[in-house]
Amino acid sequence: MALLRVENVTKRFGGLEALKDVSFSLHDGQVKALIGPNGAGKTTLFNLISGIDRPTSGHVFFRDEDLGRLAPHMASRLGVGRTFQHSKVFDDMSVLDNVKVGRYGRSHAGVFSAFLTLPRHRREEKAISEASLRALRRVGLGDRAHESAGNLPVGDRHLLEIARSLASEPTVLLLDEPAAGLNNEETAQLAEIVRRVRDDGVTILLVEHDMGFVMDISDEVVVLDYGKKIAEGPPLMIRNDEEVIKAYLGEDL
Amino acid sequence: MTFDQFLQYVFSGVTTGSIYALTALGFTLIYNATNVINFAQGEFVMLGGLTAVSLHEAGAPLALAFVGAVAIVATVGVVFQLLAIRPLHSAGILAQIIVTVGASLALRTGAMLIWGREALPLPPFTGDEPIKVSEATILPQTLWVLGLTLVIVVTLQLFYRRTLTGKAVRACSVNQGAARLMGISYSKVVLLSFGMSAAISAAGGVMITPVSFMVYSSGALIGLKGFAAAIFGGLGNPAGAVFGGLALGILETLAIGALPMSGASGYKDAVAFLILLIVLFVKPQGLFGGRSVEKA
Amino acid sequence: MAALVFLRRHLAFLAFSVVILSAPLFTGNIYYLSILAFMATRLMIALGLNLLMGQAGQISLGHAAFVGIGAYGSAIMTTRWNMDPWLAMLFSAVFAAAVAGLIGVPTLKLKGHYLAMATLGFGEIVHILLVQFKWLTNGTDGIGGIPSLAIGGIDFGDPQMFHWLVWGVVLLMLRISLNLVDSRVGRSLRALHRAEVAAMSLGVNTSFRKVQVLMVSAVFASIAGSFFVHYVQYVSPVSFTLTFSVILVTTVVIGGLGNVWGAVWGSVLMVLLPEYLKRYNQDYTLLVFGVMLIVIMIFLPGGLVSFKTLVAKTRERLGGARTASAAGPGPARGS
Repeated sequence: MALLRVENVTKRFGGLEALKDVSFSLHDGQVKALIGPNGAGKTTLFNLISGIDRPTSGHVFFRDEDLGRLAPHMASRLGVGRTFQHSKVFDDMSVLDNVKVGRYGRSHAGVFSAFLTLPRHRREEKAISEASLRALRRVGLGDRAHESAGNLPVGDRHLLEIARSLASEPTVLLLDEPAAGLNNEETAQLAEIVRRVRDDGVTILLVEHDMGFVMDISDEVVVLDYGKKIAEGPPLMIRNDEEVIKAYLGEDL
Repeated sequence: MTFDQFLQYVFSGVTTGSIYALTALGFTLIYNATNVINFAQGEFVMLGGLTAVSLHEAGAPLALAFVGAVAIVATVGVVFQLLAIRPLHSAGILAQIIVTVGASLALRTGAMLIWGREALPLPPFTGDEPIKVSEATILPQTLWVLGLTLVIVVTLQLFYRRTLTGKAVRACSVNQGAARLMGISYSKVVLLSFGMSAAISAAGGVMITPVSFMVYSSGALIGLKGFAAAIFGGLGNPAGAVFGGLALGILETLAIGALPMSGASGYKDAVAFLILLIVLFVKPQGLFGGRSVEKA
Repeated sequence: MAALVFLRRHLAFLAFSVVILSAPLFTGNIYYLSILAFMATRLMIALGLNLLMGQAGQISLGHAAFVGIGAYGSAIMTTRWNMDPWLAMLFSAVFAAAVAGLIGVPTLKLKGHYLAMATLGFGEIVHILLVQFKWLTNGTDGIGGIPSLAIGGIDFGDPQMFHWLVWGVVLLMLRISLNLVDSRVGRSLRALHRAEVAAMSLGVNTSFRKVQVLMVSAVFASIAGSFFVHYVQYVSPVSFTLTFSVILVTTVVIGGLGNVWGAVWGSVLMVLLPEYLKRYNQDYTLLVFGVMLIVIMIFLPGGLVSFKTLVAKTRERLGGARTASAAGPGPARGS
């Protein structure tokens, strides 16, 4: 059975229909890409899948849970992690502390045990530190743990967001334009990291404009145009799909 | 309560309500242009009233004192934006709130040092012979307040709908880039909004001073009630702000009139805050829906 | 070795504790001790407000009302109902927390200025009620004859004893605040302040945490109010106004948001400064506060505690990149 199912999802903002009856599913271990021209509704869909927003109609199921019925923070607890198109790194915190926030859902200390620094709390803090450092090393940022996150260059900010999300041990990882602003070398490095994460058993859904990157890394591609799904299939098929070419008229596929 | 008593309360409520409406309108102008809630808005009302008092004492005729006070306070609004708000353009809500709160404290104390602690009067614009309506009476100043409020609201609407600059200001509240497309810089729109907002609130201050006097500390309460009115009508919605102000003024006086106990007037100010809290809890988008709701 | 590590980690806290607790050994002067006692209660409030504003990025403009709940709660329960002062303090704090929760639940789902306005309106209502509910509060006359605190045979009516008691409690609050900042909860608060959506997507129940920290700050404020009235043994509504709420915000902002020690330096300055200005003209005090709020937010948003960082950065810029340390100044932190 599919890990994640988007079923007949429509999202309206006032009079504007950002998504129209979109359906697709994500299978365990896949790397799936979501592409489409600007304004096609990709980020809107990401917000629905990560539980931050709710569909106007239709459902997003993660396993058997309807994410539209849960509080926004529950998607992460269930195993849906994400990164953001416009970097949402916690700038005034250290790189390591950023990732530690990712451990939030996997740890328990509340206000009182934090107040008193109980031994149980100290043990948990140690475990959080270790898990966070491991997550940082997975994206190659292990040696920058104690820098201020605000000082990281653009490329590393994407990686930090990935590490932060990995720390929450997601089953599905949503990457929103991870290659934006990266040079060729950095993009290749990113592809390597994404592959490794997939090999570790994390299913990946990504939005990306860099078609080389998309075609290189994805098992399947979903194409959105004006909020509608116009194609779905393996990269080769998508590349030759007439409707997709029409939607991208003038753009290099 | 007899009908005449009721009428009397409504007259009095509409008078103060007009000032709340103008203050709420002031909030709305700044909020729509910048997303800043200006906690110093009430101080503009107070400054308007007290400046007019000084100008009039210095020998200026009332009309000139009115225009002069509005112009001076508008300048204060523009300077405030340039010095304090602009540097914090991207600093987040917390910093913006703190700065406007600081400005409110500074303006209020500054006013106390200039004008002292006494409530100061201004003569009514035209006579103080009450006019009889049924058994209730209405002061000529009340008619001035209502008339001028109407003039301000209508002028503002015309400005928004008929002039290019006005259209740019409206476009800005939806999308900051839109103004640039119309050939008007966003920073000018913001300056203009602060100036107009301060001017409108100051005009309210001048109009109400003959009715209820003005003292350095009046601004805080009027500002709060103006905000309550803006929320009541839907934050960011100009028509809602005007309606909210009038409704709040009437509700306030009626509630006191209707309460049977003696000393009820001590609770008068609590009515506005109670309404504010109820609206925040029950329907934070206000009666007619705020801007963010329209956007969502 | 372990002792040395402990000492280094807690040096600031230990040094501060030693200095403040030994103060009565050097002066028995009632005036100085009263200023220190006043500073202690101010610091209790500032610590809570610092967590709310500096960590979670939310602002309360009605914190005077929470102090008022503690003050009047203790005053009424001890003088009218002859309740044990400690029990009265506890009940007041619980009540303050409940009220904070009531205000926070609906407003903290909305943008930041809604909480500011709701607390502002709440603060004004509380002030009006304190004046109007004469049967309960004695109106503007206030309530006198509030007993001083005691445990067993120790009477804390003695200024020196009170000093140790109240500063002991302050140090406890300072310690747990420092602990909180450096924990899972503290990190989640800073995260939701910086980017709420990102915090949610990492599993942080942001509304819950915001309400919780508002409640904690209300409890700190209420306890401060209780200690205050047991010290001066009298309470009246004039202390619990919007102006006082703004002064509290000023205290936290001047000391420094985002760093618990900011509350300490802010309280020291904001208690001493008016005492100093009083000698010239008291009327200027609030003007100075208002201007300071604006100037600090624009030029030194990290407050006094960040002054060193600012100086270091400026020197770095002037001295060129050669001398710049590779690590750079660390992120603002509490411990």
